Amino acid sequence: MLEIKNLHAKVEEKDILKGINLEIKPGEIHAIMGPNGSGKSTLASVITGKEEYEMTDGQIIFENENLEDISPEERAHKGIFMSFQYPIEIPGVTTTNFIKTAINETRKAQGEKEMSAKDMLQKLREKCDLLDIDQKFLSRSINDGFSGGEKKRNEIFQMAMLEPKLAILDETDSGLDIDALKIVANGVNKLKSKDNAVLVITHYQRLLDHIVPDFVHVLFDGKIVKSGGKELAFELEEKGYDWIKEKIKS
Amino acid sequence: MTQLKEKLLSSFIAFEDQKNIDSYVHGIRTKAIKTFEKEGFPTKKLENWKYTSLKKTLNYDYKLFPSETKALEFKDIKKYLIDDVESYKIIFVDGKYSSHLSETTHDGMDICILSSALNQSKYDLLIENYFDKISKKDGITSLNTAFSSEGSFIHIPKNVQVDKPIQVIYFSTGKNESVFYQPRNLIIVGENSQVEIIERHQSLSENSVLVNSVSEIYCNVRSVVKHYKIQNDKTNASLIDNTFVSQERNSDYSLHTFSLGGELTRNNLSIIQNGERIESTINGITIIGSNQHVDHNTLIHHKKPNCNSYQDYKGIFGDNSVGVFNGQVMVEKEAQKTNAFQANNNVLTSDKATINTKPQLEIFADDVKCSHGCTVGQLDQNALFYLRSRGIPEKEATALLMYGFANKVLGSVGIPQVKNRINDIIAKKLGVKIGFDI
Repeated sequence: MLEIKNLHAKVEEKDILKGINLEIKPGEIHAIMGPNGSGKSTLASVITGKEEYEMTDGQIIFENENLEDISPEERAHKGIFMSFQYPIEIPGVTTTNFIKTAINETRKAQGEKEMSAKDMLQKLREKCDLLDIDQKFLSRSINDGFSGGEKKRNEIFQMAMLEPKLAILDETDSGLDIDALKIVANGVNKLKSKDNAVLVITHYQRLLDHIVPDFVHVLFDGKIVKSGGKELAFELEEKGYDWIKEKIKS
Repeated sequence: MTQLKEKLLSSFIAFEDQKNIDSYVHGIRTKAIKTFEKEGFPTKKLENWKYTSLKKTLNYDYKLFPSETKALEFKDIKKYLIDDVESYKIIFVDGKYSSHLSETTHDGMDICILSSALNQSKYDLLIENYFDKISKKDGITSLNTAFSSEGSFIHIPKNVQVDKPIQVIYFSTGKNESVFYQPRNLIIVGENSQVEIIERHQSLSENSVLVNSVSEIYCNVRSVVKHYKIQNDKTNASLIDNTFVSQERNSDYSLHTFSLGGELTRNNLSIIQNGERIESTINGITIIGSNQHVDHNTLIHHKKPNCNSYQDYKGIFGDNSVGVFNGQVMVEKEAQKTNAFQANNNVLTSDKATINTKPQLEIFADDVKCSHGCTVGQLDQNALFYLRSRGIPEKEATALLMYGFANKVLGSVGIPQVKNRINDIIAKKLGVKIGFDI
C-alpha cells in the first residue's frame, strides 16, 4: 500500500529526514517510535503533503503511484488520512458542515455523486454511536473550545467518516488521560480491517497496549535505526531511548 | 459635486413650498438647508472622511424627485423580504410609501410613516420632542433634514413587547434615470418596551442610485431594541446611512450591520448613553470585492457610570475593494466602571484590496475596562492545511475558512430567519455549500 524509499526531507533549510525506508501492506499496523526531534511528525507531514516540507530525495509510493507533486487534498482523495497531533480550531464552521464538505469533495474527485442528506445523516449517527459521541457535538464549531480528549476523539470521528485506506495517527495519545485514550484506541480498532492500514506515531508505548502493532520501527536522527515486532516497544519503554543511541554510536 | 449641491439648493424652495410652512418642522428644514449650503458634501479633507471620497458618487446626474415610479407587486419584492416570518412591513418605492405592499398598525402603537406623523396634529408633541433632536448638524445629515418628509415612523408606548419584527425596506426602481433620495426614520421605543427592526435598501434599477438616509432612534428606560441593517445592494447603488441612537438607563440596543454589496456604503453610527447600566452592542460583517467600498464610522459615547459597550466588526476584502473602520469610543469622566470592548478583524484576499482601520479611544474616567484590537491578515495556513488534508480543495477550503470567520458574528442574531438568510447570502457569496445542521 505504502512504500517509502530513501526519503530525505528538509524544512526551512534544515535536513530532518535522512533516508527512510518503510513498507506498509494492507491489514498491517505499524508503529514509529522515537525520541523528540527524531523526525516522527515530519514523516507524517511529508506523507500527507504539507507544503513547508520539501522532499529532497527518495520516493513515496502509495497504491503504486508516486506522490511527488500531489496536493494534500488529492492525497486525501486517494485514501491517506492523518490524525493531527494538534487539531486546528476553526470557529464558525460546524463539524457536520466540515465533514459533509470533505466527503462530497472526495466523492466528486472520484467521479461519484454527492451523498444524499439522508445517507449522510445516517452515517453521522452510526459513527457517533461507534465512538460514543453525543450528536450535539456535531453542530459545534470544529474543535472550538474542545478539550484535548474531545479534539482527539473528533479526529478519529473524521477518520471513521472518511474511511481512509491509510490512517496516520500522529501522537494521538498526547494530552489524553487513560479513559480518553481507551475510547480513541477502541475507535481505531473498530475501524481496522484487512484492507486498510494504520501508522501509529508515538513517543510512548502506552497507546500500543491498546492499538497493538505488527511492526515497530525506531526513528532516530531522521533514520529508522531498528525495526522489530511489538516486543520492541516494551523494550523501549523499559530501557528508554538511550541504549539505542549508545548502540548507534558504537 | 457642486452641480448636485446647486441642484439641491435650488430645488429646496420648490420642495418646501408644497409643505405647511407654519409647521414646527418647516423651521428645522430651513435651518438645515442653510447648514448644508455652508458645509456642503463631506470631502476627504475632513478627518472623518479621510478614506472615503464621494466624488465619483456625486457626479452622476441624479433625478431628485423621480417622476416615474414603477409599480411593484409582491412577487417583485418577495425575495428581498424575510418572508418566512410574520412581520410588520413598511415599504417604500423610490421614496414613496407603498401601502399595498405594507402592513402597518395603529393598534396600541404606531408602526407607520413619517409623512402621516408630520401632518397630523396628534403627533405634534412627539415630533417636537423627538424630531431632529439627536441627529448631527453636519452637512450630509442636514441635507437629509432639509428634505425630510418620508420614512418610517415607529412609536412604541411603554410596556409593549411588539409581537413581530418590523421590516422597513426602501426600493428604488429609477426606470430611465439615476435617482437620489433621502429617507428619514424616527423610532421611539417607550419605557420597558421591546422591538426588533430589520432595515434594508434595495435597488431594482439598472441606473445609479444614491440614498442618504437618516434614522433617529430613542431607547427609553429599560427598553430593548434589536436592529438589523441588510446592505446587500447592487453594485451601482450607494448608501450613506446616518444612524443616531440615544439610550436611557437600563436600556439595551443592539445592531447588526451586514454590508455585503453596493458600490459605496458609508455608515455613520452614533450611540449616546444617557443613563446608568446601559448595554450597547454593535456588530458588523462586511464582505466585498470588485471596486466596492464600505466605510464604518462608529461612535459610542459613554456618559454615565456602569455601562457596557461591545463592538465586533469583521471584514473580508477581495479584488480592488476598500474597507474603512473608524471606531471611536468616548468615556466621560463621570462614566466610571465602563466596560468597552472593540474588535475589528479583517482578511484581505487580494493584494490590491485595502483596509484602513483606526480605533479611537478617548477615556477621561480612571476606573474603566476598555479594550480594542484590530487585525489585518491572511487566512491561517495551518487551518487551510487541516481542511485540505481532509480532501477539501484549496479554493473551497479558503472559502470555508472565510465563511467561518464571518459566520462567528452571526451567532448573536436573535431572529433565526434573519440568521438563515444572511448565512445563505454569505455562503453564496463565498461559494460555500452549507447545508443542514443537526
